[in-house]
Amino acid sequence: MLTTTPNLTRPDESYAALIATHEGLSEAESHALNARLILILMNHIGDHAILTDAMRLARDPKGQG
Amino acid sequence: MTALVPERYAVAFRLYPYAKSPDQDAATPVRRKVVIVGGGPIGLATALDLGRRGVPVVLLDDHEGAGLGSRALCFAKRTLEICDRLGAAGPMLDKGVQWNVGKVFHDDRLLYDFNLLPEGGHAFPAFINLQQPWFEKFLHDAIVKAQAEGAPIELRGRNRVDAVTPAADHVTLDIMTPDGPYRLETDWLIACDGARSPVRGMLGLSFDGRVFEDNFLIADVKMKADFPTERWFWFEPYFKSGDSALLHKQPDDIWRIDFQLGWNIDRAKELEPANIRKRVDAMLGPGVEYELDWCSIYTFQCRRMEKFRHGRILFAGDSAHQVSPFGARGANSGIQDVDNLAWKLTLVLDGTAPESLLDSYDRERIHGADENILNSTRATDFITPKTPVSKLFRNAVLTLAEHLPFARTVVNSGRLSVPCTYDGSALNGPDHPDMPPRTRPGSPCPDAPVAGGWLLQALGRGFTLMTINAEAPEQVTAHGLTVPRLALATTPEIAARYLGEAPGAVYLIRPDQHVAARWDRYDEAAVAAALAKALGKE
Repeated sequence: MLTTTPNLTRPDESYAALIATHEGLSEAESHALNARLILILMNHIGDHAILTDAMRLARDPKGQG
Repeated sequence: MTALVPERYAVAFRLYPYAKSPDQDAATPVRRKVVIVGGGPIGLATALDLGRRGVPVVLLDDHEGAGLGSRALCFAKRTLEICDRLGAAGPMLDKGVQWNVGKVFHDDRLLYDFNLLPEGGHAFPAFINLQQPWFEKFLHDAIVKAQAEGAPIELRGRNRVDAVTPAADHVTLDIMTPDGPYRLETDWLIACDGARSPVRGMLGLSFDGRVFEDNFLIADVKMKADFPTERWFWFEPYFKSGDSALLHKQPDDIWRIDFQLGWNIDRAKELEPANIRKRVDAMLGPGVEYELDWCSIYTFQCRRMEKFRHGRILFAGDSAHQVSPFGARGANSGIQDVDNLAWKLTLVLDGTAPESLLDSYDRERIHGADENILNSTRATDFITPKTPVSKLFRNAVLTLAEHLPFARTVVNSGRLSVPCTYDGSALNGPDHPDMPPRTRPGSPCPDAPVAGGWLLQALGRGFTLMTINAEAPEQVTAHGLTVPRLALATTPEIAARYLGEAPGAVYLIRPDQHVAARWDRYDEAAVAAALAKALGKE
């Protein structure tokens, strides 16, 4: 089951790290990095049902309740 | 005289030259039991399977043998097992090139290599590469041998079907020959006449699916190169000969090279030998000598007919379903159609099974076709991304694949053909929870070494009652069939593939070597009920 309740141990640090990861990259390079990041996180999660729940939620954030 | 049935393509092997049949002079149309249209791999295999089962078949083709050009190339283990049952696999194995290693490149980098690592204890390798004309020739050789042993198979070259008229209990065919037209009636018609199936067209039946907007150039080149016998696949190759490229070894020092050219191309220009050579030179590097053996540009579709059975007309192979070449699922799936159809039609013809058994051909092979279309569509979408974002993710996968094994599982240059399991088929009987999932009802039997040879060779032409550590009579008679028992010793392979956690096992195996039902002990009534189910009597 997809976790949608707050789950980040250090939200501000994680978000800042995400932005910093893109520093100095062109837009194309950033898009490529995002794609790699999504694939790495997908593999970490692994479970197909959770992944498709997350994809649906990303496509339609209002769809959640 | 040949002007009435002109050649549409050059023939590699002239196998069944035209000879006038007495049917052509008959005052009223002669009625045949089974007519097959199309002498490609699927038509020949159908004729061979039915003929060996004693069913009289007439095969019609508008040419006199195997068309030139390698076309179908990779033949999978299941195809070889089926051809072995048909007495044709030995020469295929001798002539074909066996391969196990594949390498995947992006630009100029080797991302990874893989080994098909075939599981031990199988008579046949995972794949062989063999040009289609040779595959057809070996099937034809087996037909000639079967004919000499009395199999009622008749092949009629230069017999072109010009009209098909279905009736309730037969089909009428108008046929053109070098001696002019004649008419034939047949109880059953099997259309194995390829992706552009004239029979399907004459019946006005639809063939829907997806067209892929891409062109692929095949260049079969003859060269004495010391490349290893491996499958090499490039995404966005550095030599710029295409958006993707494939190099694969065939017999006789021939190499299959495939270039993805994109959608808007000048076909005639790309097919000029000088332009093909430019691409091949860039790929092979300077100083490699080769000859162009056969070249072709193709586009492809993934589509199927809504139904494979239309009354007394059955469609098999590419006439019924078409896939992209990625995964070698074309001819291999067609051979599985034959495997599924021949025993069913035989039992319907001799009255053992009701005509409705043929509806299970439709359902089971549509299940197989859908699985093949799904796999082949996914491979195609990976190889030729359709949108910028799809290309972004594809290339992200390729970048990660060089360093991270998980990403290699997503790289898709074709998921290679494996036979499908007929899960949910109406012919399936009881399963047993302690036995391995890979041999559940509907599954093709995995091969295994047994005393004196191989399991699949020990299975009969009809149904078999296979027992492992279980008592059973030497044969079971029910529903008009006598099913012989095959008692197996518990070897490590048999235990792993068929026994699992169960102490003993009894399997009812169909004539196409798929599992019908399984139990942990013999029960006469249960076996008879499962046999009735597998015959479509329920």
